[in-house]
Amino acid sequence: MTARFFLRPQDLLFILVMALLILVVLPMSLDIFRLNLVGKYLTYAFVALGLVLCWGDAGILSLGQGIFFGLGGYCMAMFLELEGSTPEATKIQSTPGIPDFMDWNQITELPWFWKPFHSFIFTLFAIPLVPMALAFVIGLAMFKRRVGGTYFAIITQAFAAILTILIIGQQGYTGGVNGITDLRTLLGWDIRPDHAKLVLYFVNAGLLLACIVFAYWVRASKLGRILVAMRDREDRVRFSGYDVANFKIFVFCLAAGLAAIGGAMFTLQVGFMSPYFVGIVPSIDLVILCAVGGRNSVLGAVYGALLVNWARTTFSEDMPQLWLFAMGGLFIAVVMFFPGGLAGLYRDHLEPALGRLFGGRAPTPPGSPETVTSMVEQPR
Amino acid sequence: MIFGYSFGDLGSILAMQGFAGLILFSVYVLMALGLAVIFGQMGVINMAHGEFMILGAYVTYLCSHLFTAYLPGLFAIYFFVAVLLAFAAAFALGLLVEWAMIRHLYRRPLDTLLATWGLSLVLQQLYRSIFGAREVGVELPDWMMGSQHLTDTIEVPINGLLVMGLTTIITIGVFLLIYRSNWGKRIRAVMQNRTMAAAVGIDTEFVDRVTFGVGCGIAGVAGSAFTMIGSTSPTAGQLYIVDTFLVVVFGGAASLLGTIASAFSISQTQSTIEFFLSGSMAKVLTLLAVVGILMLRPQGLFVLKVRR
Repeated sequence: MTARFFLRPQDLLFILVMALLILVVLPMSLDIFRLNLVGKYLTYAFVALGLVLCWGDAGILSLGQGIFFGLGGYCMAMFLELEGSTPEATKIQSTPGIPDFMDWNQITELPWFWKPFHSFIFTLFAIPLVPMALAFVIGLAMFKRRVGGTYFAIITQAFAAILTILIIGQQGYTGGVNGITDLRTLLGWDIRPDHAKLVLYFVNAGLLLACIVFAYWVRASKLGRILVAMRDREDRVRFSGYDVANFKIFVFCLAAGLAAIGGAMFTLQVGFMSPYFVGIVPSIDLVILCAVGGRNSVLGAVYGALLVNWARTTFSEDMPQLWLFAMGGLFIAVVMFFPGGLAGLYRDHLEPALGRLFGGRAPTPPGSPETVTSMVEQPR
Repeated sequence: MIFGYSFGDLGSILAMQGFAGLILFSVYVLMALGLAVIFGQMGVINMAHGEFMILGAYVTYLCSHLFTAYLPGLFAIYFFVAVLLAFAAAFALGLLVEWAMIRHLYRRPLDTLLATWGLSLVLQQLYRSIFGAREVGVELPDWMMGSQHLTDTIEVPINGLLVMGLTTIITIGVFLLIYRSNWGKRIRAVMQNRTMAAAVGIDTEFVDRVTFGVGCGIAGVAGSAFTMIGSTSPTAGQLYIVDTFLVVVFGGAASLLGTIASAFSISQTQSTIEFFLSGSMAKVLTLLAVVGILMLRPQGLFVLKVRR
């Protein structure tokens, strides 16, 4: 049997539309300030992608994705900070050559875990691997003992709390509550001017598209099907001889790695990293991005990230007091009235309507095998 | 001599820190009891639990102002009225929330978690709109202020003693309610086997609703007690929610005794470490220890022996 290409024609079309939107339409229609904001939103989309795989497909709700986003961001920030803290640039400090906040906290030597971040190659590897290692440890401990569902959610949340308190408390080593700020150059290249932001935006968008295709590939593979099977009937998968725990650990690590890439791109585009992004509140906010877009749709999650954050910015600029009401209402509405999110709405209402419009055929119930083939063969 | 303190000093320090730990313990128990009823018995994750607590705190705050303005003669006992009102308010809101939201989501625990998080955001903003974003404190009657000297070096604050007394009463009440009353029997029957409970004539929907309400009501009382030792702000509830969940999970979700034991060990560990290291490190070490133990023993300290 020859392997079928993992993207169906209609998937390809949707990805192209997305690429058109973030590579052409948005850069042409927005000024650089707004585009930088969109770039920031898109970094959250990496996390939402991971959550689609981890939560939507495998049914593992992690309320600690902020940990991985933050760790990825901190790895990047540590490299940039060290690059900026050359002995010449910091010669007014009592100990030149270390980041300024360390000097303020009477630390006279670079801590050991900072030292490897002098190397760019090491940093590139550390960005996904450090968060994945943590995810592996958490996953190993929890899933091997068949802990899942709400318990897992609470434990991941506890980790987010622990890490936030730790980062804030160890001010001398981490920059404390302010985080690592005032990051300026990447390998000698200034990341602050407008054209640098433009370049970073496109790098970010390109990476995101690559990750989207990767997520499609994972979902179309056998692994993706096992994940869904695990979510729906864990026992049967186990009885069929699969080690459920290993698959869960794998997908949890994958989601962590994706979140970390987002975090690193966030640091690059925004120029700082703070413990706020590690905490409980942003971690749950990241889940809602995925829920609004559609927990079972890769592209839906990206649209969710864009829409929710755009709404957040608009609301907090114009009527900040309404934002929490809107956000809270959004949580409740998504969960209670349209659990499929935007993608679910599209699938249930818009797609059959479009099918009628173009196909001229009565729509079949979504999900039946006939729908799938008819959509594939649909002329456009 | 240890850490530069003599043994007499060390004894006093241990006693005082122990007492500080006991107050923390009481607050943990009060918060965790409501959660133990809702999460432990019903399996519902209520992320808005902290906001129900803050509701109780604001009711107490309102009470203290109303009594100062209209019933200054009865100010000495306003706190007890406030506790009852706090329970009533949180209970009523709990019933409403169960009816409007929770009952539709019993089959989807993870979604309940998200929906109640949304609820907590809405409530926070509501408190902020009504009471303002700043922290508020209540006026305590004179007899509740000050402290009791036990020896020359050991003194205990009276409001701390009151919190502990209140905790004891509520704990005994919840214990009697769940393990000794007919009502508790129904709650446990519904939680253990919903279908069979319905088959023998228990109105399971009604039991769910009132159980949720009672859990929220206890949170309201916790909030009321909380005003005696700290100030209230719209987002204060969020600070405690993770701790409280950990207390319940650590103790073994379905066991009241476990909840109390875990609240005790967590609070004592934290307040003891706090004296020797910084507050944040104490918290980190305590939480790490709890999470570490949970990884080795995910079912918690005390487990009901049931076949799954």
